Amino acid sequence: MKHLFYGGVHPADKKALSAGLALKKIEEPKQVIIPMSQHIGASATPLVAVGDVVKKGQKIGDGEGLCVPVHASVSGKVVAVEPRRHPNGKMVTSIIIENDFQNTLDTTMIPHEEAASLSREEIIAIIREAGIVGMGGATFSTSVKAAVDAKIDTLIANACECEPYITADDTLLRTNAKQVISGIKLIAQAVKPDHMVLAIEDNKKEAIAELKKLLANEENIELRELPTRYPQGGERQLVQAVTGREIVPGQLPSTVGCMVFNVATCDAVYKAVCLGKPVTERIVTVTGEAVKNPGNFIVPTGTPMEEVIGAAGGLTEDVWKVISGGPMMGLAQPDICAPVIKGTNAILCLSTAQNGENPNQTCIRCGKCLTVCPTHLQPLYMNVYTKKKDVEALEQYHILDCIECGCCAYECPAKLPLVEQFRIGKQLVREGKKS
Amino acid sequence: MNLTVTSSPHIRSNNSTKKIMRDVVIALLPALAAGVIYYGLRALLVVVVCMAAAIASEWICGMMIYKRNTVSDGSAGVTGLLLALTLPATVPYWAAAIGSVFAIIVIKALCGGLGKNTFNPALAARAFLMLLWPSYLVRYVAPGTSLSLFGSNVDAVASATPLHHMQMPALPEESLLTMFLGNIGGTIGETCTLALLLGGAYLVYRKVISIRIPAAYVGTVAVLTLVFSKGEDPVAWMLYSLLGGGVMLGAIFMATDYATSPVTPNGQLIYGIGCGVLTVLFRYFGLFPEGVTYAILIMNAAAWIIDAHTAPRRFGAKKGGKA
Repeated sequence: MKHLFYGGVHPADKKALSAGLALKKIEEPKQVIIPMSQHIGASATPLVAVGDVVKKGQKIGDGEGLCVPVHASVSGKVVAVEPRRHPNGKMVTSIIIENDFQNTLDTTMIPHEEAASLSREEIIAIIREAGIVGMGGATFSTSVKAAVDAKIDTLIANACECEPYITADDTLLRTNAKQVISGIKLIAQAVKPDHMVLAIEDNKKEAIAELKKLLANEENIELRELPTRYPQGGERQLVQAVTGREIVPGQLPSTVGCMVFNVATCDAVYKAVCLGKPVTERIVTVTGEAVKNPGNFIVPTGTPMEEVIGAAGGLTEDVWKVISGGPMMGLAQPDICAPVIKGTNAILCLSTAQNGENPNQTCIRCGKCLTVCPTHLQPLYMNVYTKKKDVEALEQYHILDCIECGCCAYECPAKLPLVEQFRIGKQLVREGKKS
Repeated sequence: MNLTVTSSPHIRSNNSTKKIMRDVVIALLPALAAGVIYYGLRALLVVVVCMAAAIASEWICGMMIYKRNTVSDGSAGVTGLLLALTLPATVPYWAAAIGSVFAIIVIKALCGGLGKNTFNPALAARAFLMLLWPSYLVRYVAPGTSLSLFGSNVDAVASATPLHHMQMPALPEESLLTMFLGNIGGTIGETCTLALLLGGAYLVYRKVISIRIPAAYVGTVAVLTLVFSKGEDPVAWMLYSLLGGGVMLGAIFMATDYATSPVTPNGQLIYGIGCGVLTVLFRYFGLFPEGVTYAILIMNAAAWIIDAHTAPRRFGAKKGGKA
């Protein structure tokens, strides 16, 4: 089937490992680690100190600009405010809360039963207060995105979940599609699009059947089944796949009349507006060949990965990598102590059998990287000029347009660590620009 | 618990350099078989000598320069095989071996190894042999000629390839079908167009090569020989031009060599057209009846420059404009 965006790859999706399973709640963690940065932009400033007693859902960190508030995911006592290792590998100021298992709820946010009467500004304010970020993993402030002042003709709800293995959005749609649709409508109430598209890849049959039922009477929401292909869930690729429009590098989708929200984000908007609940939990897929009982779990934010993996039966002996996120763009973890954060859609445990790395090979100039690049880049030359530290050439080859989707490295017959090189190359260009 | 921490992506496709080389060898098997059928076991022995010399040279370079076994990627074997297919079956084994050694050590290893050479090693070696011992490289024999496996073949009755007859306005005697099947004088691997097309189709099907370079190359030769026909029947002249000589072997297997050809889609078209133009130019005005080797070698030198000037349109930039 013809795919609707440039390039891309189609790895085995491996979703069967965790798809179709019941959504389970993990046991309440004894302690949660809440990083002050679970979003793109400046870290939040802690609003509580050691010794404070906090309620579940209480705002414990906030800031300005792109910063998004952070909430306690359990009730209990703050036992430390200190730098802890974030899933991204950096040390980030985190608030550590000892769970008192009382589940005392914070009631600052109120449920709105008559949400239809809320104005654009009111909805955006609620989205911000609830600490909602792009839940597909991008973690960009949802309120900032929705507040962009532009004529939007197409609002796209993103259920592509194009990364192999992950079934978090799929599970959400199988179990709570109604809430997601309400969430889409609430966002639409704020951004006022001409019409809405719910985009989903055709490998999620059960979710599609459920959505077809629910959307039968929704004239303004179109269900768009897209042929499965990675990285279709990337914002730029999805806008291209749905509308055929290309977004100019460095610009937002709103410049071509589109806005894209992940379905888990839509669900969070519904919970914030209608139930008065901030983001304190999310669905996490724990999967991979190196975890004993893969599944989809409702996990409070701040829960150490170790406990989530434990809920899935623990790791097998032949574990090779534990990844926060998917196999194409996720971050390999040095241990399993870092917490689940708002953008953690999966904890992927790969076994040594999945190790396809093979160092010390050289580029044979086959050009496959070029044909799979969804942004029309020339990875082989970016690799050459990164090694030569030739900043001028790297700029000429538009290395900063690289979305690090990993298609080039996936396809490379020489198994070159291209994405790793491009991060170095981008850094060189940014430093070159500064000086 | 010992967790590996390396950069994304964490999964890789099944592609490998080795598999690509294996596909190229598979694609060359029909042409090799045709060569052995037409020119006998000696053709096969030339192939064995070339491959063995190439692999031995690669192993030595690997141990001395890269300190690891670089034979296993299969590229040296492919180079040896390709070189053998551009040589006549009568070529002395020692000359064939020298060609392979030159290809691997001088053209490939001294340029930095796999993927870094400027010139196609097999063709550069053929050009090298052509300049040193031209008589060995044009001693073509008619198919079915019995060649001595180990003795001298100097006395074997040399026959010109049909291409030689095309210097004159008259067309060769052989029928187009005979030419297409390759039952004519020529190098081991160049004559059987049917076999070469089969191999090319396999490579395109396996996505090892894109059809752009061969199509642009063959298409250009076709158009030029049709428009500037020297024969009585322009269409027949064009077909004989395509079937006689090394255009098919060159277009499908030589010009598509990864390291020495462009990677951008438009670059590949320009490169193919360039190969075609030079081939016809050399054939029409050059000293030798054939021009494929030098045409491709010259275009090899331009591969990176062509890439640099044919960057794909930047994503999001308007067609023809700049972002």
